[in-house]
Amino acid sequence: MRREAPRHPLDYLPIAFPGLMLVVFFVVPFGTMIAVSFFRRDPAGFYAPDFVFDNYARFLSLFFANVLGFSLFLAMTVAIVSVALALPFTHMLARLPRKAQVVWLVALLSVLSLSEVIIGFAWSTLLSRTAGITNLFVWLGIMEQAQALTPSFGAVLTGMVYQAFPYTVLVLYPAIVRLDPTLTEAARTLGASPLKAFFTVVVPALRNTLVATVVMVFIFALGSYLLPQLLGRPQHWTLSVLITDQAIYQSNMPFAAAMAVFLVLVTLGLVAMTVLIGRKGEA
Amino acid sequence: MDSIFRKLFFGAIGLFLALPILVVAGVSVNQKQSLTFPPQGFSLGWYGEIFANPEWRNALFASLTLALTSAAVAVAIALPLAWFLWRRIAPWANFFQLLGIAPFTLPPVITALGLLTFWATAGFYGQPWTAAVSHGIFFVTLPLVTLSLGFSSIDRSLVEAAATMGADDRTIFRTVILPLILPYIVSGYAFAFVLSLNEYIVAYMTVGFTMETLPIKIFNALRYGYTPTMASVTILFVATAAVVFGLIARFGDLPKLLGAMAGDDK
Repeated sequence: MRREAPRHPLDYLPIAFPGLMLVVFFVVPFGTMIAVSFFRRDPAGFYAPDFVFDNYARFLSLFFANVLGFSLFLAMTVAIVSVALALPFTHMLARLPRKAQVVWLVALLSVLSLSEVIIGFAWSTLLSRTAGITNLFVWLGIMEQAQALTPSFGAVLTGMVYQAFPYTVLVLYPAIVRLDPTLTEAARTLGASPLKAFFTVVVPALRNTLVATVVMVFIFALGSYLLPQLLGRPQHWTLSVLITDQAIYQSNMPFAAAMAVFLVLVTLGLVAMTVLIGRKGEA
Repeated sequence: MDSIFRKLFFGAIGLFLALPILVVAGVSVNQKQSLTFPPQGFSLGWYGEIFANPEWRNALFASLTLALTSAAVAVAIALPLAWFLWRRIAPWANFFQLLGIAPFTLPPVITALGLLTFWATAGFYGQPWTAAVSHGIFFVTLPLVTLSLGFSSIDRSLVEAAATMGADDRTIFRTVILPLILPYIVSGYAFAFVLSLNEYIVAYMTVGFTMETLPIKIFNALRYGYTPTMASVTILFVATAAVVFGLIARFGDLPKLLGAMAGDDK
């Protein structure tokens, strides 16, 4: 059946329900959040309607600049580490026999679907003094005494890379599977070492994909809200943690909303930048 | 690349992915109520605790109900939308596709906060059904992506043949499209189910004060009193995800579902 434009009013019926649901429960809540970001805080309830810029003005503080700077730095570090690990991994994965690929994909999906609560709990256990990996080092005689490796920046970074790695592989996977294997073969035939072929053929061929992946993982990492709390100290808190904290524990929904709107703008700005870079690369 | 290097690299990544889960599995079989590793003694009592302890049992029940209903909501939204986008030429409808993908692409805290302000303003804050709707919207991306993929793989000449023989849209959908699209509906539902089971922030912001799902329960236990039950629940979750995705892989084409072209590497 060819695709045709809807003619009869009844033809629109199938999209009525999804459209309505998405508008009522996504667009309207989004609008509500933007509206609330201009409201006043009401200590007795959630908020009081108003039109003030106070919530945005609070951004102009050193504390906020620090949190924002740290969030961006952390997310970028996670993105770069994840892509650096996932690129060679996915490249090798795509060349495995099909059955082995499926086993790895199931494992990656299982880890990816894990709750941040669970990842945080698992890593805090692994890095703890009583149940942690240092006990293994003591047993092996590498270390004198078991010690706690969390909370620390390293713990936050490790936990977030753990969370982002499967995501990165799954984002890279389609592009790498479609990459023409004869490219690498040609380079190898001409005498390039496997490593040289990887860096001079595979990496440049995937340049746009890699930039897009870094941005996607960056946004993914920007959304991490529990790991910095569970594995880090307060100075490792990110914008996402701060938003949750303000909304739930400080009951300051207008300020939380203003920060969330800001986070959306940062995210959209990055997406737009990537699209532009992608277009330039194609031209 | 060298096969030894490859094996080492795969081994290291595998260890990195498995290590936290192995330690948690060890903790979950402790005999006493302590989070120690290697475990002291061996007991499966903490797995029984998930069902025996009313608090954990209620949380499990709440999580399962939420995941089952919200995945159904997600599919109910995604199926007609994906069908419409496939059947009709309507460029404006792409806007709704974008809306369906946005909640999953933005940092989750944004969707969560948007829904929190919305339910609070509408006066339904804390009602259990709001969590099902919220998760349904939040995870609509997953069935939408699998279904779009499914529709694009349907051979249009099959549908054309049915239409030529006089079948109307409804008959075609029931007799031709539905059987072809069913695996994609199932996998979309399964993806949404597993992710909803594990989701924390949206559930917490919408119903966190009235209802405890398992992730919320684990988080509260992390702050107010460790118990090895947390570890056994974690292993239960990992096992559930592995079984669900394993089944999808067994009965479907997982590499294709994840965006690789079918038959590429057979």
